Amino acid sequence: MSPPQKHTQPVRSRSQRIGLLLFFPGFIIALIGALGAGSIYPKLFFLASLCFITIGSFLYFSAAYLSAPAGIRNNRIMFASLSSRGSIGVIIALFFIAFYILMYWFPFYLEHFIAMFHPLSRMLRGKPAEQYFMYGSLYTFTIIIMGARALMKYRHSRYQIVRTCAVIFSQFVFAFLIPSILAAFNEPEKYVNYFWPLSYKDLFPSNVNYLLNFEGAISKFLLAWTILLTFAGTPVLTFFFGKRWYCSWICGCGGLANTLGDPWRQLSSKTLASWKIERYSIYSVLSLIVITTAILWLNHLFGGELLGQLSGGFIRFYGFAIGMIFAGVIGTGLYPIFGTRVWCRFGCPQAALLGIIQRFFSRFRITTNGAQCMSCGNCSTYCEMGIDVRWYAQRGQNIVRASCVGCGMCSAVCPRGVLNLENGPLAGRIKSDALPLIKSFKSGI
Amino acid sequence: MEHVVIIGNGIAGITAARHIRKHSNRRLTVISDESKHFFSRPALMYIYMGHMKYEQTKPYEDWFWKENAIDLVCDRVRKIDTKGKKAILRSGSSIPFDKLIIATGSKPNKFGWPGQDLNGVQGFYSLQDLEAVKKSTAGIRQAVIVGGGLIGVELAEMLVTRGISVIFMVRETHFWGVVLPEEEGDLVARHIKNHHVDLQFETELKEIVGDSDGKVSAVITGKGEKVPCSFVGLTVGVSPNIDFIKNTAIETDRGVLINSCFETSIEDIYAIGDCAQFREPSTGRRPVEQVWYTGKMHGETVARTICGKETPYMPGIWFNSAKFFDIEYQTYGTVMSQQKEGEKSFYWENPKGDKCVRIVFDSTTQAVLGFNFFGIRARHTTCEYWIANREKLPNVLCSMAASNFDPEFFKCFEKDIISQYNSENPGRMITLKTKKGLFSNRLT
Ligand SMILES: Cc1cc2nc3c(=O)[nH]c(=O)nc-3n(C[C@H](O)[C@H](O)[C@H](O)COP(=O)(O)OP(=O)(O)OC[C@H]3O[C@@H](n4cnc5c(N)ncnc54)[C@H](O)[C@@H]3O)c2cc1C
Ligand code: SF4
Ligand code: SF4
Repeated sequence: MSPPQKHTQPVRSRSQRIGLLLFFPGFIIALIGALGAGSIYPKLFFLASLCFITIGSFLYFSAAYLSAPAGIRNNRIMFASLSSRGSIGVIIALFFIAFYILMYWFPFYLEHFIAMFHPLSRMLRGKPAEQYFMYGSLYTFTIIIMGARALMKYRHSRYQIVRTCAVIFSQFVFAFLIPSILAAFNEPEKYVNYFWPLSYKDLFPSNVNYLLNFEGAISKFLLAWTILLTFAGTPVLTFFFGKRWYCSWICGCGGLANTLGDPWRQLSSKTLASWKIERYSIYSVLSLIVITTAILWLNHLFGGELLGQLSGGFIRFYGFAIGMIFAGVIGTGLYPIFGTRVWCRFGCPQAALLGIIQRFFSRFRITTNGAQCMSCGNCSTYCEMGIDVRWYAQRGQNIVRASCVGCGMCSAVCPRGVLNLENGPLAGRIKSDALPLIKSFKSGI
Repeated sequence: MEHVVIIGNGIAGITAARHIRKHSNRRLTVISDESKHFFSRPALMYIYMGHMKYEQTKPYEDWFWKENAIDLVCDRVRKIDTKGKKAILRSGSSIPFDKLIIATGSKPNKFGWPGQDLNGVQGFYSLQDLEAVKKSTAGIRQAVIVGGGLIGVELAEMLVTRGISVIFMVRETHFWGVVLPEEEGDLVARHIKNHHVDLQFETELKEIVGDSDGKVSAVITGKGEKVPCSFVGLTVGVSPNIDFIKNTAIETDRGVLINSCFETSIEDIYAIGDCAQFREPSTGRRPVEQVWYTGKMHGETVARTICGKETPYMPGIWFNSAKFFDIEYQTYGTVMSQQKEGEKSFYWENPKGDKCVRIVFDSTTQAVLGFNFFGIRARHTTCEYWIANREKLPNVLCSMAASNFDPEFFKCFEKDIISQYNSENPGRMITLKTKKGLFSNRLT
């Protein structure tokens, strides 16, 4: 195959170029703010940057998506440098990684940028911003802007519309507003859409004790909320709807992947080899966190004699290796290289747990429509979890996979209407419908 | 060990190979010079549009073939020695076989138009054709597509994504007139025009004109109009790709002639897929069926016969699907462009005119015979069940929701469909029985 031809037609329309012309000043204003000006004129730099970026992005996305009739428009994804691991993609990845490294370990260098968030933080939480408030705000803002893009791009699909609104809402209310309000009332600043084992500290003895000893009813409520969602909500909701209720509707990591990460969803590896690695790595992380939680409780029951100082060390190690490096730097920083759900697929203990329930005790499945599949590969290509959806679809088999987050994109991109996310009886869930002719044949190569 | 040789690595040949491997450990060789590995032909358009790379159109990873002991030979069969049981290759070598399956697919039609071999004039069938389209359309502004079938629409959609203006010349009075009834044809035509394609009906190609470099510069229509353009796509159907078989002992007509077990006139030689022609097609089916799904079924059935369990082809109820830009199309059973004697049809279209359902039924028994769906996904098994069991139209309409395969939260049209039926058939009121819901998706 020869490399794709160069396009002589303008790739971007005029309104798109105007959008970009507004976006970049917003970005540069933020940069100047970060270099020092942010501490001097925090409000001005914050608002100016916010306005330019918001208006520029909206213009760009509406020109890109609303000008054509509604439908799947994945045109040029495989040629565009940004979305096909070209130089723009690599630069963006480096930028993301640099941001994460500074934010986690050298927040000092982001001092002026963080200062731009002081006014907002004072308004919401009654205290100045620190790096995590800055990160949370930026995260929420990104989900809103890129969520708007997803809404425009996938506006022909009501499933995508409802789901995208849900992740935007969840991030904005549960992971931004509520924690900020809690902070304003001097309560523990908890993201209420994260539970154990993803939010691994939630069920550690130290945290449980902290909440129990905290003044006021809200902290008790938060503890009850965590325990309820972990032990009752998770299994029940997953039984009825599959893990998507969390991974594609509520979770902030999933929210970022399906909004900011959408341009890169096709980069996940679909090979059998990567599936093998996935199973080793994700269940290792889950095991690690389950065993640790158990040991910490034993240690607690024995009055700290079992581990002594070790428990704190472990929490720090897990936070560093898994929480920061895996979930942050690799999981998000490398969106433009390995696709959007690296963390969700290879690392997330919540996804691992939900996946086991989804695989064995759930009404959820992706139904394959008779023999209509023509093996084109769109579904596999656009599955962010790297599931080779076509492998099942072309043999008329339903897709019941632990890793499927129910984003619905395989169903949306399928040009023959072969795939449908459905909840139904457990009997015959993994059935093979096969071709009309050979219904009796189920196994094989 | 018996050696089965398959010419052609398309869906038919590869399905045969996979299923022979499933049932036996016979030696297997697949020959093709189009590509080393099997890829999905219907996905060619997505490579051009940038939705996928060639790699992603391959349904199996490259290790698959070795793992399953399927030998791939990249060469072209020049001749078949039916007596000596050998396939003679272009490279000069030959491959002996005990059993041979011919699965060479189709080639695009060209009807001898003046100028049809100019640079920038081509059909669209193979990977090589795709490469040629990429080259010929780089940087051009105007293209003409001749022939309004499925491949023509795909080509139009492809070119539009690269900002090329497309004039789409169709001979019939409405779109895809040989297959679609008028309403469906109009619905598709409106949609194609929405995508800024200049769709012209009752327009025939008379001649293609080139410049001094042998490159296309214009086409001349049947009405004598001259239309300047830099690319001409000829999508006026395909025919079996069997030229190299024509002078052998294997009997051919339009395609390689076969009986219901895919056996040709020569023992141990079989033909499947687009290139095969049934001497006696089963009822309601055509002798040559050039679609993906039938190729797959042919491959699966012939594998059984070759592995010693003679199995005649029983294709069951016809189905097919396609996509016209953004409008998905599914059909089950028989829906002809013109209704036959003794048949009637119920047609519903949404007010926006981009979704429709047609149900053809027997006018005396009311038994449903076929469905057309545009812009609504339907459940294959349910529609098939209704047709096979000659379910009556009113019953089908009452349980329409059971056939709905649209994703969750999509607007449901069953109520509108039923109220239209009721207004057309006063005195025979029917009501919707089941509804689609989050907990109650009908899975049976
Ligand atoms: C652009 C396009 C889109 C399509 N979309 C759809 C669709 O959406 N749905 C649908 O149902 N159908 C579709 N079709 C039709 C479908 O692709 C064909 O029906 C199907 O591919 C036929 O499969 P086959 O295995 O019979 O032959 P082919 O796929 O044509 O494979 C035959 C192979 O044999 C090789 N070959 C031929 N002669 C020789 C020789 N002498 N020596 C060695 N090798 C040889 C050819 O190079 C080719 O690789 C489409 C076709 C095209 C061109
Ligand atoms: S299989 Fe489909 S729904 Fe599941 S994660 Fe992949 S694309 Fe999303
Ligand atoms: S996108 Fe649809 S037709 Fe294409 S391989 Fe997947 S299920 Fe099959």
